[in-house]
Amino acid sequence: MLEKAFIGGRKYWIWMGCLLVVMGAGFISWLYQFQEGLGVTGMSRDISWGVYIANFTFLVGVAAAAVMVVIPYYIHHYKAFGRITILAEFLGVAAVLMCLLFIIVDLGNPVRALNVLLHPTPNSILFWDMVVLNGYLFLNIFIGWNVLMAERKGSPPPSWLKPFIYLSIPWAISIHTVTAFLYAGLPGRHFWLTAILAARFLSSAFAAGPAMLILFCLIVRKTTRFDPGKEQIRTLAGIVTYAMILNVFFFLLECFTAFYSQIPGHMHTIQYLFAGLHGHTGLVPWMWTSAFFWVVSLILLIVPAARRADDVLAVACVAVFIGCWIDKGVGLVIGGFIPNPLEHVTEYVATLPEVLITLGVWATGFFVMSALYKVAITVKEEIGA
Amino acid sequence: MAVNRRKFLKIAGVSVLAFGAKPATDALAITPKEWLDKQLEGFSIPEFLLHFMHKPAGSQPAEALTATRWAMVVNVRMLDEEIAEACAEACHRIHNVPHIENPKREIKWIWHDEFEHVFPGQQHEYIDENLKKMPFLVLCNHCFNPPCCRVCPTKATFKRESDGVVMMDMHRCIGCRFCMAACPFGARSFNWVDPRKYIKEEEQVPEYPTRTIGVVEKCQFCAERLAKGQMPACVEVAQEICRRKGKEPALVFGDLDDPDSEVRQVLRSHYSIRRKPELGTHPNVYYVV
Amino acid sequence: MYDGGKILAGIIIGLILLTFPIWWTHGSAPPRPEVKLPEKEKKCVEDGAYMKRKHMQLLDLWRDSVVRVGKRSFVSYDNKKYDMSLQNTCMSANCHAKKTEFCDRCHNYTGVVPYCWDCHIPPKEEPAEKPEEQH
Repeated sequence: MLEKAFIGGRKYWIWMGCLLVVMGAGFISWLYQFQEGLGVTGMSRDISWGVYIANFTFLVGVAAAAVMVVIPYYIHHYKAFGRITILAEFLGVAAVLMCLLFIIVDLGNPVRALNVLLHPTPNSILFWDMVVLNGYLFLNIFIGWNVLMAERKGSPPPSWLKPFIYLSIPWAISIHTVTAFLYAGLPGRHFWLTAILAARFLSSAFAAGPAMLILFCLIVRKTTRFDPGKEQIRTLAGIVTYAMILNVFFFLLECFTAFYSQIPGHMHTIQYLFAGLHGHTGLVPWMWTSAFFWVVSLILLIVPAARRADDVLAVACVAVFIGCWIDKGVGLVIGGFIPNPLEHVTEYVATLPEVLITLGVWATGFFVMSALYKVAITVKEEIGA
Repeated sequence: MAVNRRKFLKIAGVSVLAFGAKPATDALAITPKEWLDKQLEGFSIPEFLLHFMHKPAGSQPAEALTATRWAMVVNVRMLDEEIAEACAEACHRIHNVPHIENPKREIKWIWHDEFEHVFPGQQHEYIDENLKKMPFLVLCNHCFNPPCCRVCPTKATFKRESDGVVMMDMHRCIGCRFCMAACPFGARSFNWVDPRKYIKEEEQVPEYPTRTIGVVEKCQFCAERLAKGQMPACVEVAQEICRRKGKEPALVFGDLDDPDSEVRQVLRSHYSIRRKPELGTHPNVYYVV
Repeated sequence: MYDGGKILAGIIIGLILLTFPIWWTHGSAPPRPEVKLPEKEKKCVEDGAYMKRKHMQLLDLWRDSVVRVGKRSFVSYDNKKYDMSLQNTCMSANCHAKKTEFCDRCHNYTGVVPYCWDCHIPPKEEPAEKPEEQH
């Protein structure tokens, strides 16, 4: 079926071509970084994880969001979602691939990456992260491909696939829980040391992931002969709405604990993010932008008339995406390092090579996703879905 | 001749083996058995497993200082700028720590900071002025329950069973920097750039290696000096200066598990605190304030 | 055979390219590397043949023993005690102090680029003879 990715119209090839250019630029930047060291990025002794890990964290959430389509369809037999499970699974594949790429570009010694396999360390959450992410990648490719193959032949998916599908559900939850555990178990970082971090991660994932899926469904409807369906998009919008409400609610819970208890360790990072600390205000505009997008998205999602109008819904989804990306990526990952363990503030700004590499990885993800979507949509068009 | 692809490949494969075996072995002038024996020469299964099971190949040199739980006591009242600077300078010099101006890229194994930064949460407005300005020496605490070792995915940083030192295996570190996120004390530095560019050739100490780009480094309680029967560099320097100035030693180093060691004596007779005890990492660096 | 002529031509060209290194350089291989052994010390930490095959495994064992276990004293096959250190024992002044005349000779010949010396500082050498290609 993969040959279907090689057949396409002008627009398809122009899109893939642009992606290849961005991928190329990212790759060359990465070669530069490999040669000169991670010093070409904006990371520092105090902020030892930057935009790479920020994007990694956000994308693990997006990858997990495939489960929001799988659960209703396979567990609750919500037949409508049968049209779009493949789109959700392939989005998951692309997202996990981007996660793995972001980890690799972030490593100081990528040639030694196999040490994680040669010296397995079960007490390290990073080890389990590697296990669950790779497992999820395999599961989604395996399940997605087989389901698509069966659909193309006009028969139901083979019964031996069912255990894998059922496994993929807790596995999807696990990838994001494990990623949250990377942060939530570190004793020195008070912003992350909260039980609600995993819940926050999951709610933000289930808002941003399906929001991206809605956007891709709308694009698919416009650019191909396959229509994912009005009801499907409506249900997804409902899921995004509830997830966003929970997401914002959880964040406000954090704010309450911090500011009502008045404990400096809890307050300092939120103060830095939204008001500045010791005169450092680097991330303040970012966070208020994120807050603005969150409020806009909540209004557009909660008002039924707005949510049902597809173009307004598209705006809401973009707002969800931007708001969640800033909150999770910039706010959470960078904010967690500020102030540093000795209560000094060092700020972080991404450099050009860093941005190019990041864009290159995103382009790679989009490239893979476009190819996989091309295959899936072509099959759907063939069978007249 | 109508031959299908599968049959053709089978015939081709067999022919290569049949016709190729003799010329190949002639060229090597060795039989397959001899060749196999040569490859396995010196190879033994126990040795192979040994390599992976990290059994000790050697022993402790006779002159080594030994302990089961190395610890340090910083007598802060005896510290001054000169001692603090001398300690950092000695440590960084003998370990080929690069001198990088940019604070974002700097590498430091031991340095000094003010009370409110070293013990955040303990400071208040009415603190003794002297204590406020005192240069508190800050280094890796070689915790008894180190979170950095818990998170390392390759055991590149680990707590040594024999003596409790939290070591770095520079050969194994993949540079993920998880340990840096986990350390509650900010003790670790990463090689963002090639460190050799920042060490002057004439200042290079040839007995100790440098590090490469992409690994994390930190104080290792001068494990290489302990093995030679010497005190850590900072301790030696501090004690020398204090002797000269007629003060009690500012740094004391010893085995916490030995009730007669210097560190235990100091801890018995003075009040001491540790950094962030509420986190349960059980630092092995104590501060007598 | 469909397209038989092209296939056969392709196979022949492929074989020529595949065997290029053999017939192009046949008979003109560079001479075996001659390493300069240390003048004073005649015995290494292990027997010479063993060291030729297994020096990297020995160094790995040494590294694990020194860094991970904390034991640095090594007893050689002829009962001499050594400190396990690449810089201070192997490359000490009496032994393999000249990297370009010892280590590099075989490594360059076989095209091996070990990264040991990215960290471990080789002893300084005066450039006596023309140094070979350094990587």
